Amino acid sequence: MKEKDRPNINSFSGGKKFLLSILVIYLAVAVFNFHTAEAAVISFLKMFGRIIPILGIVFVAMIAINMFFTRERTDRYLGSKSGIMGWIYAVISGILLLGPPYVIYPLLGQLKKRGMRNSFLAVVLYNRNVKIPFLPPLIYYFGVKYTVVLSIYIIVFSILNGLLLEALLKKFKY
Amino acid sequence: MSVKQSVVSTFQVFKSFMPVMIGLLLFINLLNACFRDYYTDIFSGNPVLDPLIGTIAGSISFGIPVTSYIVGGELLEDGVSLLAVTAFIMAWTTVGLAMLPLEATFFGKRFAIIRNTINFFFAIIIAILTIYTLKVL
Repeated sequence: MKEKDRPNINSFSGGKKFLLSILVIYLAVAVFNFHTAEAAVISFLKMFGRIIPILGIVFVAMIAINMFFTRERTDRYLGSKSGIMGWIYAVISGILLLGPPYVIYPLLGQLKKRGMRNSFLAVVLYNRNVKIPFLPPLIYYFGVKYTVVLSIYIIVFSILNGLLLEALLKKFKY
Repeated sequence: MSVKQSVVSTFQVFKSFMPVMIGLLLFINLLNACFRDYYTDIFSGNPVLDPLIGTIAGSISFGIPVTSYIVGGELLEDGVSLLAVTAFIMAWTTVGLAMLPLEATFFGKRFAIIRNTINFFFAIIIAILTIYTLKVL
């Protein structure tokens, strides 16, 4: 395996310490308010149970990305050479991509390693909020007009978000 | 990259980020269990301050967008302004303070901090623009 394709293990080295510190916080909360800690654990187990199948899909998708999204291909569609189509792909991918951030980050992380532009990552992440399955409940609570206006602003601001993020990343490069 | 190399590489990534992810999910569920009953109490009724409070509350909350719509709907019923509720919903879905360590792990610290800072201000701007546009239409 090439050096550049190898995951940066050092950047995750604090993960186990982080998990341990959260477990200590849980113990502390349980001592003072057992029911809150218990409710949080039950809620966590339900949430984790729901995401296990999604993680399976992410695992397979990441293998596919590793195999088929070569640096050249990623650069052509989502990298510096993609032009206006890259922005369009990013907006559409953001709207269509389903799943919570903790399962989307690994996928996008793989694409970033293969040359996906930071601005496009920001656009994809921002447009996750224009989810077609989530539109009916938004309409139910706030109305059609509100939903349409808000969705249009999210798409427009996702582009601004990408441009601004890339400019600031260049400005604060050190 | 061959199938075997891809599987090994993906497995390494999973092995590395799972403790962070499990820790964050535990943390988020603990925060939600502690604070979910207090959303209405934090709004002051001040038209200038409430959107900012909404954005801060949304930034530290976490969950699927539908949850923010439900909470937002309840806040509206309790008399919180649509501007503050919109800022709350936008921040809920675009600013992820709880997810910051995971985002930084995959995209870098600077990326995560700058993106979430931009999104914080964009939540307020989009809320103002949305309400203004709805008044004009």
